[in-house]
Amino acid sequence: MLKEKKELENLASYCIDASTKLATTNCAVKVKNVISETVNLRNKKIENSERSDILSINITTYINKKKSSTQFTYIDKENTNLMIEKCVESTKLLPDNKFNSLPNKKLLAKNFEDLLLFDATTISNEKKLEYLKEVEDAALSNKLISQTNGSSFKQSKSNFIVANSDGLLSGYKKSEFSSFTDLVAKKNGSGMERDYYYDSKAYLKDIIKAKDLGNNAAKLAIRKLNPKKTKTESIPIIFEKRISKNILGILSSAISGSSFARGSSFLKKKMNNQIFPKSINIIDDPLIKKSIYSMPFDKEGVESKKIYLVKNGILENIILDSYYAKMLNKESNGRASGLSNAFFVPGNKSYKDLFDCGKKLILITDIMGAFGNATTGEFSCGATGVYYEKDFSYPINNFTLGGKIENIFNNIILADDLEFKYSKNCPTALVTEGLVVGGY
Amino acid sequence: MNDFFKKTDLTRSVAEKIIDETLLNKDDGELYLQNSINENIILDDGKIKNTNFTKTYGMGFRGVSEDVTAYCHTNSIDKSSLVDASKNIKSTLRSFKSYKHNNSIRRTNEKLYSDHNPIGAKSLKEKINLLNTVDKYLRSKSNLIKQVTASISTEKKNIEIIKTGGLTLSDSQPLTSFKISLIMKKGAKNTQGSYATGGRLTFDSYVNENNWKHVCDEAFRQAEMNLDARKAPAGEMDVVLNNGWSGVLLHEALGHTLEGDFLYKKTSVFHDQIGNKIGNENITVVDEGNISGRRGSLNMDDEGEKTQRNVLIENGKLIKFMHDRLSAKLTKNIPTGNGRRENYMFAPMPRMTNTFMMNGKSTREEMIKSVKKGIYVDALGGGSVDIVSGQFNFTVNNAWLIENGRLIMPIEGATLIGSGPEVIKKIEMIGNDLKLDNGFGTCGKSGQLVPVGLGIPSCKVLMTVGGTKT
Repeated sequence: MLKEKKELENLASYCIDASTKLATTNCAVKVKNVISETVNLRNKKIENSERSDILSINITTYINKKKSSTQFTYIDKENTNLMIEKCVESTKLLPDNKFNSLPNKKLLAKNFEDLLLFDATTISNEKKLEYLKEVEDAALSNKLISQTNGSSFKQSKSNFIVANSDGLLSGYKKSEFSSFTDLVAKKNGSGMERDYYYDSKAYLKDIIKAKDLGNNAAKLAIRKLNPKKTKTESIPIIFEKRISKNILGILSSAISGSSFARGSSFLKKKMNNQIFPKSINIIDDPLIKKSIYSMPFDKEGVESKKIYLVKNGILENIILDSYYAKMLNKESNGRASGLSNAFFVPGNKSYKDLFDCGKKLILITDIMGAFGNATTGEFSCGATGVYYEKDFSYPINNFTLGGKIENIFNNIILADDLEFKYSKNCPTALVTEGLVVGGY
Repeated sequence: MNDFFKKTDLTRSVAEKIIDETLLNKDDGELYLQNSINENIILDDGKIKNTNFTKTYGMGFRGVSEDVTAYCHTNSIDKSSLVDASKNIKSTLRSFKSYKHNNSIRRTNEKLYSDHNPIGAKSLKEKINLLNTVDKYLRSKSNLIKQVTASISTEKKNIEIIKTGGLTLSDSQPLTSFKISLIMKKGAKNTQGSYATGGRLTFDSYVNENNWKHVCDEAFRQAEMNLDARKAPAGEMDVVLNNGWSGVLLHEALGHTLEGDFLYKKTSVFHDQIGNKIGNENITVVDEGNISGRRGSLNMDDEGEKTQRNVLIENGKLIKFMHDRLSAKLTKNIPTGNGRRENYMFAPMPRMTNTFMMNGKSTREEMIKSVKKGIYVDALGGGSVDIVSGQFNFTVNNAWLIENGRLIMPIEGATLIGSGPEVIKKIEMIGNDLKLDNGFGTCGKSGQLVPVGLGIPSCKVLMTVGGTKT
């Protein structure tokens, strides 16, 4: 059974009291209980089942500007006291760091709206298996799918409390249902290829239909069969949605408070400057209902609000928690837990329109490795895709994609097909120039 | 030695009874108990930002019937949790009527590391002072250094495995790690360098003045070299890899595809190649979990099996895969001591330990001399692999352009890609300078991170380089 609010609150309050008794000036606590149940199927046969029940405590103690933290899962009074004592002892030994503090009290979330993040429904392991069998039946009905590499269904429910010695004591329940399948495609005379599809929702009834999950993954794996190699050239690139989201990923690394405060971002001097074409707007909205990435407040308890990261191509906001906000002489914007539902506002071209941009181009369907380096601003990764030339197209793999991240930002054109699936979302994106494909 | 049953309503004899009752009519399984402590101190931006002390405590109960695994884990080691886990396992595996219970384990008394606690080797104050000294030392090297991050991480992991019949195995695994990363800035250009050292020997074996200075010097050398680096070329060309950490290429391109779970699932590109020649006859690849003190070494794996030297590829011929007990059983092999897990929250699976290639005959100078146009990789970054298609990729931290047998200039922004089965055929020269890495490898698989070691002699191989210069 998921631990109830009161029990977690009592644990949190106990930790705060215990640390206050040891002469700390401030203290922050997070108590979290997560229970998950997963079933894995492979080739229509159950492969494993897993059940997890974890209660953990995370404590940060402050003595003026000194700070230390501890985490533990061995939760009885004796060990909790021991861990707090150990943490306070460490805190005493540390040098002062003037940026250490609890968040500004004024910013803490007080009355927050219910974002509908918890579905009390449970799905039994038998029902999970039924769903997965349907997924694999659909997938394996595609002749070119030779076997499955595993399909899983996970139900996870959590409850947590964040508290601090300034009176913060808040928390809420969350649920997440996720399904996943990974398939192997094989064609005579060709090697094996694999691809996957997944879905993850706060409410069980919103999860993708089993058949669709299987068929979507099958299409992706089959599309990769009989790949050709490609030559080294500079060519327009279209990123599929599941790859284009990485453009927002690399932006978020480059505009994190830490990379700005520490001077390690290639965008460090670009605050309030044009970093994208004027047509580009990027928003982070933590308050979208029923999204598994939503949060009424961040892990420090600071209220979350919708903000523009980029407006009309100009960098307006970066990702701030209390520590780095202080270093940069700003206020936290409630993003100690990072971005929640970040997205590019969609463009006005259709998916099909993007393909009319030139005589030839490459659609990127998968990448390997990091999507760029936020310190150097360089971009280089391994890729898989489809080559489009005049009236025909063929799969390609084993090539690299390189350039400067700036080149992607400056030459981006977005389709109108945005959907919310990840914590960072982008429509299909065309990068007209500035990227080099490395092949033979 | 840890007593997991000291402060709980669960006694050892009751636990053993529940284990017997749950597992006797299953093929395999065990109760895995863990109590670890980890201390992490990070200096960043000239300040100690935080110190962090983590205690990981809990148990994982596993039952296996044929190829099906039921696994339950919890942070509460008590009677009701174990009873719940037992019910859950029995329910998942209820349809299996016949069984062949096997609780035999290959054991050893060999100790690859002493039972010391690296966390207590120095006081917190001493460690903080050291990090400050390190920061000062690095920043005095150049005023182009804009940022230094230095960290000391120490861990002591105590595990106990209880199988049926009260068969109990335990180990206590120390681990120390010292890391540096830095950023340099010249004009509008940022460059990075990073290096580390560590392993299972005593704290002082890694963090002594000689060693930490060496780690700093190497991180600085990497960052400084890239200040004047030019764009890397793109296309297929000869690549000369330096010895040591470049073994990460072997780990990704070949190692993962030789893990036993991909053999019984028939998803490895090499699943039907055992006994076949897959590379040139100078290539011998070994995974060895019982090298004294190395980061990837273990006295026993996370199923209690002794670790050992496994020759995977011998003179170009594929000899064997790495197995845990499940993949060994399903493929009619003997466990190879490669059943590992990150912690009690995970069931074990086949993983690498210390993976390396044996020496060849060439020298690195000969390799470079033989290249008309290519690159010399001085410091590889990390990489990943798709085991089904065999495709892999790596970032290159530092490299030189080679033209007509000579190193011309540093280049940056390169990625190396290829496919395992192709690359092993394209290794043209192997050096006589095998070196193991400095002890900082961490391998991720299915969401589980484990410390690993790797190594390789210098090698010359034809590969695709992804740069930005056409």
